Amino acid sequence: MGVEVRVEGLTKSFGRTPVWSDVSLTLPAGEISVLLGPSGTGKSVFLKTLVGLLRPDRGSIWIEGRDLPALPERELYEVRKLFGVLFQDGALFGSMDIYDNVAFPLREHTRKTEAEVRAIVAEKLDMVGLTGAERKLPGEISGGMRKRAGLARALVLDPQIVLFDEPDSGLDPVRTAYLNQLIVDLNQQLDATFLIVTHDINTARTVPDNIGLIYHGHLAMFGPREMLLSSTEPVVRQFLNAQRVGPIGMSEEKDADELAAEAASGQRLAALPPIPLQLRPSDDGPRRAERIPGQWCAANGVTPPPGSFRPVAVEERV
Amino acid sequence: MRTLVAVGDFLIFCGRTLGAVFRRPWQVREFVQQAWFLSSVSIMPAALVSIPFGAVIALQLGSLVRQLGAQSFTGAASVLAVVREAGPIVTALIIAGAGGSAICADLGARKIREELDAMRVLGIDPVHRLVVPRVLASMLVAVLLNGVVSVVGVSGGYFFNVIMQGGTPGSYLASFQALGQLPDLISGELKALVFGLVAALVATYLGMNAKGGPKGVGDAVNQSVVITFMLLFALNFVLTAVYFQVVPQKGS
Repeated sequence: MGVEVRVEGLTKSFGRTPVWSDVSLTLPAGEISVLLGPSGTGKSVFLKTLVGLLRPDRGSIWIEGRDLPALPERELYEVRKLFGVLFQDGALFGSMDIYDNVAFPLREHTRKTEAEVRAIVAEKLDMVGLTGAERKLPGEISGGMRKRAGLARALVLDPQIVLFDEPDSGLDPVRTAYLNQLIVDLNQQLDATFLIVTHDINTARTVPDNIGLIYHGHLAMFGPREMLLSSTEPVVRQFLNAQRVGPIGMSEEKDADELAAEAASGQRLAALPPIPLQLRPSDDGPRRAERIPGQWCAANGVTPPPGSFRPVAVEERV
Repeated sequence: MRTLVAVGDFLIFCGRTLGAVFRRPWQVREFVQQAWFLSSVSIMPAALVSIPFGAVIALQLGSLVRQLGAQSFTGAASVLAVVREAGPIVTALIIAGAGGSAICADLGARKIREELDAMRVLGIDPVHRLVVPRVLASMLVAVLLNGVVSVVGVSGGYFFNVIMQGGTPGSYLASFQALGQLPDLISGELKALVFGLVAALVATYLGMNAKGGPKGVGDAVNQSVVITFMLLFALNFVLTAVYFQVVPQKGS
């Protein structure tokens, strides 16, 4: 039914280079969250820390009453069975074909017969639309297929938490749209907690229930989608609207002089664009974590930008 | 300082590997596959290197021994040199150069493609699943390889002594026992076992810690070969010195 992940005061550095510090957030059970941030802000590092591949310098990650960074290696492997992770390039085992890749976790962790394994693998491959590609090797298929195969493998043990490391990197817009739809549909079917790490704004605006933004070594903001999309906080606003005017510069952060020059030149942040409708499951059925459009804005007395929550063109729905 | 940290890290890795050897389930399939793979890359080079090795010893000794009138001892010298020294050394070269580099490249490629991370996330310890079978396979293959090298080396010596230099087959074979003894063979096999262990540990450690893309894998393989060569030659000296202290030699 999804598991809540509570991160408290997490700090990580490589040697003397700090990555981010004092990150605290709660991924609500069963909801889709997106973690955004400019390139090189350590989003992938955060994801790897979350599954215990990297140890943080300080802080805790609470999952089902267990603090991940404090666990000994052996127990860590147990807790990791709750996770399914989609790596950037799928991280498929190059020496095995797609079928064996997806069957691998089942063969290692369960005592299922080959017939049961075949049934489960077929089901998961069907879920990601890869039926018929079982006997192909990872080197023989496209990047998008590798990602979907990686996703099928991540889902095979029925994880409670699914992490996506840049699911949209290296994919064309159409495939990205398909993958986003797949993510929403999977969340509806599995009720697992999802965390997507990305810098694709379109994904961030339409897919998640919650958005977080990492910037300049700390978590700038984390909260419901509508809260961030209607936020006037400069960093959040600049990033979610992909503008050059604002505190984020080409190399991480603009200095005071540049900001002063920007203010003097009279450049202003453009008006907030309308908040789009959230992507719905393709069968139009309910999703447990789904909220009524505009609910957060209404509850918090925020006026959404004009034109928000209006069903726009058909291309929203793939 | 950095070297010290790396050495410490390596020793921790060795400890974890040792701990994982006895953990079930045993990865029999992976072990058999790796043993097969290692022997397929090492048998041919080992045989081809050991033939000239035996021949060179026969050539070096041949004329000298004839001048001294001790022709009948060529066989004894050949056995002594091949079984005691050349065998383990050739085994070390091949295990480090052919087997170790292949293991290191394989694991390094898996590391940079995030396959090892994916495995950890799926709840499988790569040390248990990949490293242990490789280390055990390497030890087994090293021991067997040492046998191959000894047989082929001595045969090579026989061929050169008897066919090329006109030595007598009977005296070559009869003098086997003159200087050599059974513990020589046992010590050679023990050395090979240790070489297989060390070469595989170094190769897997460097492979699993490769970083920086494809170039990182190349660097790791290069380091792995250089470091294992140095380690194995040093170890060979130490083990030989210990052997001479522990086992009494013939004729002394």
